[in-house]
Amino acid sequence: MYDFAYHKPSSVSDAVAARSGAEDGTYVAGGMTLVPTLKQRLAQPSDLIDLGSVSELKGITVSGDTVTIGAMTTHATVANSADVQSVIPALAALAGMIGDPQVRNRGTIGGSVANNDPAADYPAACLALGAIIKTDKREIAADDFFTGMFETALEDGEMIVSVSFPKPQKASYQKFINPASRYALVGVFAAQTGGGARVAVTGAGQDGVFRVPEMESALGANWSPEAVAGVSVDAGTLNADIHASAEYRAHLITVMAKRAVAAAS
Amino acid sequence: MPEGGTGIGAAVKRVEDKRFLTGRGNYTDDINRPNQTYAYILRSPHAHASINGVDTAAATAAPGVLAVFTGADMETGGLPCGWQVHSKDGSPMHEPVHPPLAKGKVRHVGDPVAVVIAETYAQAKDAAERIVVDYATLPAVVGMNDALSGTTLVHDEIGTNLCYDWEIGDEAQIDEAFAKAHHVTEIDIVNNRLIPNAMEPRAAVGEYDRATDEYTLFTTSQNPHVIRLLMGAFVLSIPEHKLRVVAPDVGGGFGSKIYHYAEEAIVTWAAPRVGRPIKWTAERSESFISDAHGRDHISKAKMAMDSEGKFLALKVETKANMGAYLSTFAPCVPTYLYATLLAGVYSTPLIYCNVKAVFTNTVPVDAYRGAGRPEATYLLERLVAKCAREMGMSQTDIRRANFIPSDAFPYQTPVALQYDSGNYTATLDKAEAAHDVAGFAARKAESEAKGMRRGIGYSTYLEACGIAPSAVVGSLGARAGLYESAEVRVHPTGSVTIFTGSHSHGQGHETTFAQLVSERLGLPMDNIEISHGDTNKVQFGMGTYGSRSLAVGGEAIMKAMDKVVNKAKKIAAHIMEASESDIEFKDGTFTVAGTDRSMAFGEVALAAYVPHNFPHDELEPGLDEKAFYDPLNFTFPGGCHICEVEVDPDTGKVRIDRMTAVDDVGRVINPMIVEGQIHGGLAQGIGQALQEGCVYDEDGQLVTGSYMDYSMPRAEDLPSFSAGTEITLCAHNSLGVKGCGEVGAIGSPPAVINAVVDALWDLGVRDMPMPATSQTVWRAIRAAAPAAAAE
Repeated sequence: MYDFAYHKPSSVSDAVAARSGAEDGTYVAGGMTLVPTLKQRLAQPSDLIDLGSVSELKGITVSGDTVTIGAMTTHATVANSADVQSVIPALAALAGMIGDPQVRNRGTIGGSVANNDPAADYPAACLALGAIIKTDKREIAADDFFTGMFETALEDGEMIVSVSFPKPQKASYQKFINPASRYALVGVFAAQTGGGARVAVTGAGQDGVFRVPEMESALGANWSPEAVAGVSVDAGTLNADIHASAEYRAHLITVMAKRAVAAAS
Repeated sequence: MPEGGTGIGAAVKRVEDKRFLTGRGNYTDDINRPNQTYAYILRSPHAHASINGVDTAAATAAPGVLAVFTGADMETGGLPCGWQVHSKDGSPMHEPVHPPLAKGKVRHVGDPVAVVIAETYAQAKDAAERIVVDYATLPAVVGMNDALSGTTLVHDEIGTNLCYDWEIGDEAQIDEAFAKAHHVTEIDIVNNRLIPNAMEPRAAVGEYDRATDEYTLFTTSQNPHVIRLLMGAFVLSIPEHKLRVVAPDVGGGFGSKIYHYAEEAIVTWAAPRVGRPIKWTAERSESFISDAHGRDHISKAKMAMDSEGKFLALKVETKANMGAYLSTFAPCVPTYLYATLLAGVYSTPLIYCNVKAVFTNTVPVDAYRGAGRPEATYLLERLVAKCAREMGMSQTDIRRANFIPSDAFPYQTPVALQYDSGNYTATLDKAEAAHDVAGFAARKAESEAKGMRRGIGYSTYLEACGIAPSAVVGSLGARAGLYESAEVRVHPTGSVTIFTGSHSHGQGHETTFAQLVSERLGLPMDNIEISHGDTNKVQFGMGTYGSRSLAVGGEAIMKAMDKVVNKAKKIAAHIMEASESDIEFKDGTFTVAGTDRSMAFGEVALAAYVPHNFPHDELEPGLDEKAFYDPLNFTFPGGCHICEVEVDPDTGKVRIDRMTAVDDVGRVINPMIVEGQIHGGLAQGIGQALQEGCVYDEDGQLVTGSYMDYSMPRAEDLPSFSAGTEITLCAHNSLGVKGCGEVGAIGSPPAVINAVVDALWDLGVRDMPMPATSQTVWRAIRAAAPAAAAE
């Protein structure tokens, strides 16, 4: 780890000010990706702005049919939240599948969404549920937020404040884990929403999380596992590594989509 | 046995766990010496390259830096190999020089190139970034077939990548038997390369005392005396009396901490040069590219059978990867710990095995939990399962038809070993009952109703451990003996310290060995201390590996206790004015037979150290005895592992539904510790079968260089094990013990893979490589589908 200046602000405005005053600063939320990156000397930020003491970024509120989760809320808090379990059980279940207990007690939704790891779980929920990502400057629809592998619509220094999820009629997230890392080898989030059926896939895409319009239209006509059974994603657009070829990932997308549709509640 | 039950057979809770579980263990990285400095090792990023120059000027000038050394500075001996194997033509194996810091060439990713010593670790690491190494990269040779057929040489001076070409058995005789066979079953087998991953990374602290000219090395070792010998005599030329090696608490080894590693020599050599103690601790990423890897065999095997499925002859050809250099025990693993095990539990009369050991541009490969025996067992038990299929016999019928009968011991195999005891039918029977094999058909039907595939797999294995008779291993090429030593020091008030050359790094010796003492001397556990791991305290030791601690180290303790009791009887006889032959010793009390005269153990101990009334004409004062024990034979644990899996044909995911192990480990001293060893071994065996696989790319870069890609088994990947024992006693040691540390990892992988093949048999799947990851299984199902449809 290289040297850096460390800041621990207690408000969003102080954090944004610290970030804008830094030469090459970065926010740190749970640090589940950033800290290992620093330890391996793969990044050398001038300043680290630790959001751990910004209490306004923490917590879960339910308003009508919308669940709003503060950016610094940990995965464990979401997984164990009676509110989330009751309004969007698939979202609570997803949070409970992230990493291991240590990761879930440190990692945060804001960190996960801002990082947009192509194998992270939350981006699939955001996209499939049509979440709104609220920053210190604006609100961004999930459809506009995830712009590529580790790329988002966030501008330099812009900070996620919260993520709002509208309650779906039913939804399920089915994750096939990478046995080594426990990230998603393929994760499919299927949701029947007010705006129609939405299917988002993580772990597989060369550009990160993506929707599958063919599955969505098939499910719009007939919400059943059979409806998606014949839909396959072009392997040419998918990742390949030692754990899964693009063909295997394409196959798993269909299998996981069927299971998500069947399990949706 | 004392009250409460702390003798042989008692499930005494581990006395060492209090300090481990409360964070009070004393590991090498916990040791901080006054004025200590820190070392960072700069390692090769290339698998194969010439070093045209190393510019250390900027690093030497960096803040906090005390010294930078390269291979050119370190004029020492190379890291020695402890075993010399001869090729079938009689020539000795090729033994390349292994400099601690590379000279002229790097031969694997992770090969040490330079060391930076600084006031802090961060400063050392910062400075290392300023070292400029002028590499000229060379083509890397990664696969063993490429190494044998290509022109790229790992060691130019040797002129070949073939380390040795060894054989056992008579090939002409075997070929004759095959020509006459009713049926021959053939199989191709790959034993996947593994990365050990002990919980504690390796570490070393080197120190030099200018006043006394004495060196001290604290290191994460399974055998500190062996390190003292290898490093002192071969690398640094430091005599034993000036070199102390301490292996304090060590957090797991699994074989990877047997070997003498470069970092140990580097910090010890550099300590006088910087005039201060030096600490090095591996980062986890370094462990992946510097700890010796395990397994990595490619084999072809065939079994000749008669019309009844009786095995007539077995022929095996194996290529074994040595990596870039010969690690301490590497040459003996695919020969004397592998080919000699190919009889297994079967009465196969003729066996031939040829082993080609190969150099590649990869991390050195050496013994890893089981060492050769898992490779032999996997090959044999996969082959036997295939034999049964081809002969139309059940998996158990073919085994029962070929088992060495229980009345045939001692049994001489055709591959050098003589088994002393065992009852393979009994272990199989007990395992089948414990597993509820009878209920398999119903469970299979239930699985199929859910769209899942269920299969069952067997492994009836045998291994050789308790290594080993020195004369035997010496004749096979070992450059050391494999005895063990013990000292039983009785203190004046009757408490006892045992000094043992065995080393505990998770095995629970402080408990198991103390139970031997509690049983023999009738003492409570609180009065017994087990001391190990320090060459300045313990007289000598060959260390812990090959499931040898109890069978060899425990026997040495027993022998030393016999001497203590014999002397104590003489003292008691003198004081009680009786004949020595009338003295009985039981439960810690010396009694004159047939009288009420007695002395407690502590009273005799006091009399030995306050010898006012003492047989001075016959004995010296004191009560402190040493023994060295050289075993008469290997020990031969065996058993039966049965695995039942459920496979999801849509994803290829394998789930182990039940895993039953019935093992014959000889007499059990502490059943709880034995069960724990079995559980751990099974976890490692299942890890190899389903998850773990070391992958290099064609350039020799390690693809599985972190836990993001190297899949370690976790608790949730494993079933609840059913572990039992079926005991026959070892016939040649006093305790009747065989060993339990490796059996789980040796026996289980073929049971798992045989179960996966069985589950998918009806889909046309006939073979399955390790690790059987979901993708591998899915591909096998897809590849088999056309064949299955055609049948």
